[in-house]
Amino acid sequence: MAELTLLKTQALSRHFGGLKAVENVDFELQTGEIRAIIGPNGAGKSTFVSLLSGRYRATSGRVSFLGQDVSDMAAYKRVQLGIAYTFQITNIYTQMTVLENVAVAVQNRLKPHIFGNRHVTEAMIEAEAAKAAATLGLGDMLDEVAGTLAYGHQRLLEVAMGLALEPKLLILDEPTQGLSDSEIENFKDVVRKINETATVLLIEHNMDVVMALADRITVLDRGQILAEGTPAEISDNAAVQAAYLGEPTE
Amino acid sequence: MISHDRKLLVLCLAVLAVLFALQFVLSSYLVLALTRILILAVFAMGYNILMGYTGLLSLGHSMFFAAGLYASGLVSYYWGVPLGWAFLIGIVASAVVSLVIGLLALRTEAVAFMIVTLMFSQVAFLSTLHFSKITGGDQGLTLPTSARSFDLFGLVLDLTNDTTRFNIAFVVFAAVLLLTYAATRGPFGRLLVAVRGNADRTEMLGFDIYAVKLMAFTLSGTIAGTAGALYGLMFGFIGSSFADFQNSIQPLLFTLVGGPGTLLGPLLGTGLMTMLIDRLSGLTTAYLIVVGVLLIVMTLWFPKGILGTIRDKWARWLN
Repeated sequence: MAELTLLKTQALSRHFGGLKAVENVDFELQTGEIRAIIGPNGAGKSTFVSLLSGRYRATSGRVSFLGQDVSDMAAYKRVQLGIAYTFQITNIYTQMTVLENVAVAVQNRLKPHIFGNRHVTEAMIEAEAAKAAATLGLGDMLDEVAGTLAYGHQRLLEVAMGLALEPKLLILDEPTQGLSDSEIENFKDVVRKINETATVLLIEHNMDVVMALADRITVLDRGQILAEGTPAEISDNAAVQAAYLGEPTE
Repeated sequence: MISHDRKLLVLCLAVLAVLFALQFVLSSYLVLALTRILILAVFAMGYNILMGYTGLLSLGHSMFFAAGLYASGLVSYYWGVPLGWAFLIGIVASAVVSLVIGLLALRTEAVAFMIVTLMFSQVAFLSTLHFSKITGGDQGLTLPTSARSFDLFGLVLDLTNDTTRFNIAFVVFAAVLLLTYAATRGPFGRLLVAVRGNADRTEMLGFDIYAVKLMAFTLSGTIAGTAGALYGLMFGFIGSSFADFQNSIQPLLFTLVGGPGTLLGPLLGTGLMTMLIDRLSGLTTAYLIVVGVLLIVMTLWFPKGILGTIRDKWARWLN
């Protein structure tokens, strides 16, 4: 089966003053895969995905999505094209209920413009939101105020919002940070489920999660791609092994 | 949520019914006071759309009130435009002014936004003084007797009559209340609250934040201007004191007391504060001190206002 390129960057760079957070990155993502991005703190992982989602503008270089150049496109328009981003630091509407949180995302999919899609009713939006929340096991917490949820549930809500957009590409920025072991197990299933309909780009520190989920891994270091390959290739790569996975035991 | 919204709508209709009935039981002095309260509550409801629901604190809303006041008052004073048309001209003018100011002011955020709106409204205020040959400056202009009554589809309405004035104010208030009800529910209302709660997140869920803010700003300014146009035409006087900074603080105060981001908060806040100031000013000339202390107390212990506090404790549907 021929692989379809979903997203591609060419010589993508982002500088903050003298700091080259992302430098000359050529990156390609195939439709349907789960790709992990790993690398030490400060490697430029978050900056890199922010360039893809449009939260930051590139200093130079191009980003194309489904063959369309999106480099100069505002973040909200990229979301409408199908690039969803979930935040590293849980970024939900703490004052709203779980249902309302997800409903904002659903509304963007069903009714992206306030005066458009007149046939979409409030009841339809709420029904879809309830469905998306239930997918992540939040079905019995719909009326709870999001700010009062346990941290693990807040992380799931964050993902539910990304999922409710029904994106073509879901970018998860350190989704398992702060989750317990059992929550992480559940989370792996969630990502596999998401992957049935969307390509997943995952920034992750937890190597267990990365090895279990990723089809391919990209290693970033100091803003540049150090290595790329299957989990087996990456764990066999001597440089990566030494730097990120620890020295092999005797 | 849909079920919550129905409860609130029923409450709104009940409040409207009570307000309408009050004219039959209150003294004519209190009916006049209530007329003023209803018009100022419209001003505060407009303010609440922006400050309460969307979370944007403007310090320049007297400019939009004045836009409605002057546009309707001046065309009536100089060109004898019939009052109904003058009222519509006032609404359109404030819509245009708020759209243009919004386009510029919304390029800033937070404190800068407060300062920019304040500066624009100071420019507007000083302009009303500078062009005093036309506007009458701080002396103001009193609308001629010919502009104190109008013909509505054959029905002659006399604006010197207390009952007539009350009922006109009531009709406009009811229309604006139902308009703000509709605007703060469903998809649009959800977007306003989403922008208030977390603008960054809302953009990453695919919404154009600037456009949402601009819509809220324009709606807010237009409702404020509607109150201004109504006030000027009903009481037959337009003057620069309405464009003053104090008149920007007024809706902020009323909204804070009643409950920012609650539909009926502005009415409650306006009613309480207007009556309080009315009573206090009979007792002491230093009534603003009391108002100031009250404002500090509210901000420290009841930052969500009266209805906001009730909503959070007992009735989430009171949004």
